[in-house]
Amino acid sequence: MQLDQLYQEIILDHYKHPHGRGLRDADDSGDQVAEAHHVNPTCGDEVTVRVATDGAVLHDISYDGMGCSISQASASVLHELLRGRVAGEAFVVHEAFVELMSGRGQVTPDEDVLGDGVAFAGVARYPARVKCALLPWMAFKDAAARAGVGVSPEVKA
Amino acid sequence: MTSIAIPTGMPQYDDVPRFDVARVRADFPILDREVNGHPLVYLDSANTSHKPRQVLDVLGEHYALHNANVSRSVHTLGTEATEAYEGARAKVAAFLNASSPDEVVFTKNSTEAINIVAYAFSNASLRPDADPRFRLGPGDEVVISEMEHHSNIVPWQLLCERTGATLRWFPVTDSGRLDESGLDDLVTERTKIVSLVHMSNILGTINATSRITARVREVGALLLLDCSQSVPHLPIDVVDLDADYIVFTGHKMCGPTGIGVLWGRGELLAAMPPVFGGGSMIETVTMARSTFAAPPARFEAGTPPIAEAVALGAAVDYLTGVGMPAIQWHEKELTAYALDTLGSVRDLRIFGPTVPVGRGGTISFALGDVHPHDVGQVLDSLGVQVRVGHHCAKPVCSRFGVPAMTRASFYLYTTTEEIDALVAGLEQVRKVFD
Repeated sequence: MQLDQLYQEIILDHYKHPHGRGLRDADDSGDQVAEAHHVNPTCGDEVTVRVATDGAVLHDISYDGMGCSISQASASVLHELLRGRVAGEAFVVHEAFVELMSGRGQVTPDEDVLGDGVAFAGVARYPARVKCALLPWMAFKDAAARAGVGVSPEVKA
Repeated sequence: MTSIAIPTGMPQYDDVPRFDVARVRADFPILDREVNGHPLVYLDSANTSHKPRQVLDVLGEHYALHNANVSRSVHTLGTEATEAYEGARAKVAAFLNASSPDEVVFTKNSTEAINIVAYAFSNASLRPDADPRFRLGPGDEVVISEMEHHSNIVPWQLLCERTGATLRWFPVTDSGRLDESGLDDLVTERTKIVSLVHMSNILGTINATSRITARVREVGALLLLDCSQSVPHLPIDVVDLDADYIVFTGHKMCGPTGIGVLWGRGELLAAMPPVFGGGSMIETVTMARSTFAAPPARFEAGTPPIAEAVALGAAVDYLTGVGMPAIQWHEKELTAYALDTLGSVRDLRIFGPTVPVGRGGTISFALGDVHPHDVGQVLDSLGVQVRVGHHCAKPVCSRFGVPAMTRASFYLYTTTEEIDALVAGLEQVRKVFD
């Protein structure tokens, strides 16, 4: 397997220069804020994702954690893609990302939906790393639910 | 590698037992395969070892020619299977210098072996007539260390929760040694059992146990040594070690998965209540109650892993044929070489002892701030198989302030060329992440 399919430039770039990293309080005091902390018990990677929302729009998605390039870049891409989106749209993206990661490399990603997330297509071919990529997305789902916004389908990875 | 002239009259390097690594490698079919277009460089033997043809053949032959259940058949196949199974027990006993094969209990693995001891304590604690050495309650203490594999932490945490006993532990020093400075305060008249790792699966440290053993005897406690990482790699003599129990697993010593060993002093095993109930472990059964067989059968309920035990016997034969002192020396040389060469890699931090003394051929490290998962992934693309993560020893990672480590571990078939391939691979890791 070609290593550069896994470590795409986009992924390495998000890893070395993460976007929106650090847990933040809500700008708007009317927002519901909730977070979820997820760990990957096999490798010890950890991420906390915090969602601030008025119930319709995800005003902020902030995160912190420690882990490998894949999990940390994935959190950065998640922040880029979903922050400021209407919850319904965010869950469409979430679903598309989960589908991509569960597809064992057989799913062709839609760049219009997934943006930089398409770079993770190669990760789906490495079963041991799929959980790394999904870690922040699963934490996001829990955090969003705790903040009172919808739930996307279960992952089967 | 650093070489020092040894004065004449002293034992010389050439005096130590050695073997031909190329010939040993020829016994392991898997070493011929490629991974991702590169020759396999397997540096994960602390996780599981490979199996020589001699062991694979015995495993296959058992099923092909002698398959039957043990300890219950009068027919020929049953007798052959029983003889092979009990023969394997005798081989393991001789390998450990145990006083009797009856001191060898076959288990699934080290984890199960430790749990059997922990649950025997638990069961004894519920029975007023049980041997007081195994009875635990509030005020009693169990002592482990910060260096343990999760399998030697969690069963004792659970035991303490069930009985109200207190769990205490030895700390680890900055150089990755067991900190024995508080020994007399830690191991006291309140201590019922001390359970320690003999060789760390993550730091490679081999613990010198004689001071601890002396203290354990002084206070009348029991001592269990987790020898999962030492039995495969060094000559182990249970008389010399003077422990009460040792545990280890077959798959790390050229044997199959699914078979492990609890060795216990015969008198202790005989005093322990059973843990798993079922067939083979009984003396007689009525609808109201049962009486139990003597050890080792008392602790082997149900049909055991027969073929696996027989193949473990073959692994013991194989290791004995190569020679445990020679294997120990081979790994000592590899460790010295690896510590030297890894020490020359820029930004590489070794966790654990950095001298090849009182340690085995398992070396964990960090490469700058590149996450171990990423290190392992790039190495894998070059055919180099290392373990990454917390190695089922999270407290050790926490002790050294990291969430995970990269670990290279050696065995009798490992070569210095493979260590060179690791070092070359680490340069490649740096290129991707710098």
